[in-house]
Amino acid sequence: MGRPFELSDPARARQLADAITILAPPTSVKIVHVCGTHEMAITQSGLRRFLPSTVQVLEGPGCPVCVTSTADIDAAIQIAEAGAVVCTFGDMTRVPGTRLTLEGARSKGCDIRVVLSSADAVRIARETAQDVMFFAVGFETTAPMTAAVLLDDPPANLSVLVAHKKIPEAMAVLLDLPGTAIDGYLAPGHVSTIIGLDPYTRHLGRFAIPVVIGGFEPLDILYAIALILRQLHDGRGIVENGFPRAVAPEGNSAARTLIDAVFESTAVAWRGIGEIPDSGYRLREPFAQFDARARFDVRGEVGEEEIPGCRCADVLTARATPAECPLFGRRCTPLSPVGPCMVGSEGACSIWFRYGGRELP
Amino acid sequence: MCLAAPAKVISITDREAVVDYNGVRTTARLDTLAEPLAPGDYVLIHTGFAIRRLSPEDGEATLRLFDELANSLDLNDASSSENAEHSRAGNEQQPQTTSDS
Repeated sequence: MGRPFELSDPARARQLADAITILAPPTSVKIVHVCGTHEMAITQSGLRRFLPSTVQVLEGPGCPVCVTSTADIDAAIQIAEAGAVVCTFGDMTRVPGTRLTLEGARSKGCDIRVVLSSADAVRIARETAQDVMFFAVGFETTAPMTAAVLLDDPPANLSVLVAHKKIPEAMAVLLDLPGTAIDGYLAPGHVSTIIGLDPYTRHLGRFAIPVVIGGFEPLDILYAIALILRQLHDGRGIVENGFPRAVAPEGNSAARTLIDAVFESTAVAWRGIGEIPDSGYRLREPFAQFDARARFDVRGEVGEEEIPGCRCADVLTARATPAECPLFGRRCTPLSPVGPCMVGSEGACSIWFRYGGRELP
Repeated sequence: MCLAAPAKVISITDREAVVDYNGVRTTARLDTLAEPLAPGDYVLIHTGFAIRRLSPEDGEATLRLFDELANSLDLNDASSSENAEHSRAGNEQQPQTTSDS
């Protein structure tokens, strides 16, 4: 092993691939993961070539940028047009709203800044008298960082457009959608570092399918897939921790305390899926003064723009591979993306285009 | 988005730590971390905030988990399995890489 925590070992990769081959059922199985980092690791390292042809692994709604609703993007643009400095993570600036992207708003003179951390937005707010809005996207891994800055005496000119989402709730809804036919979930490692095992049991237990938390090294992913197949082989369907070096069963209590202090659960709209009860966050009453929607009088409009020909909704619900979209690689490329799955660098389409998932079925 | 990377803790001041990612030094907030931390520890960092203390021993334990799974199956059956549609040269004996499992 070279640097600590980088597990690279061809002999073990072979062993795990052999274990998968032994455990794979004769009929096809569909394993869905919900994490752009997983898709990146799987595609970049060519892991699908290691798998028997009966084992399909697809990305579901795992890219927070891709599942952000048009209404939220429109709200961010409206706030930018009202004169606030808008801070957000990089890919968010290129996702289309109803009229334009945040990048498009910037080209019309709005002040849009890319940040790497919620703390950067606070720093920007402290250095200016202008209103600064942080467009807070991301799953449970990222929500504690938004909560942390709001609990840390934030400047009065800071506001937050909360678009954080909770993944187990979406995983459960996906299983109820027609045509998803999911046999097992590869659950996201770093989300699980925060939430632990319990939310998966609560939301997915009734489906009795394998849910295995996996890390992000190629060996971690092969191991988690092997654990899923072993459960299917043995006729079990439980939540299993395949990433114990980073995931405690109870999760990260400090981070969860921050989330609970600042946010309460609410129904939010997911692009490609629609509204899911309790799958998002809104600010609790003591933090209402930082609510960007209230400060800038933004009316949230529900309703999604369908992009003609684009199959992002099917890709986000693991009902299609990127290659099954007629626009993929033709009219839709990372340089001129049509749908959000090609915009977000963690979107399945963008990853497949860049790292050669193209030829795969 | 949920990317997190391990870094080594160099020093700790108040609620922040100076951390080292393979030679690149930066600061990380600690208010999102449940475990106590000391210089020399490793932490998993997400968007500038520490989310979990890691120990190099846990890395070794992970490798043992992989081996336990492999050893619980008879890997010699791999390429003769009727399910193995992609036959790889999986029938040669694998070297045993750990001694304690």
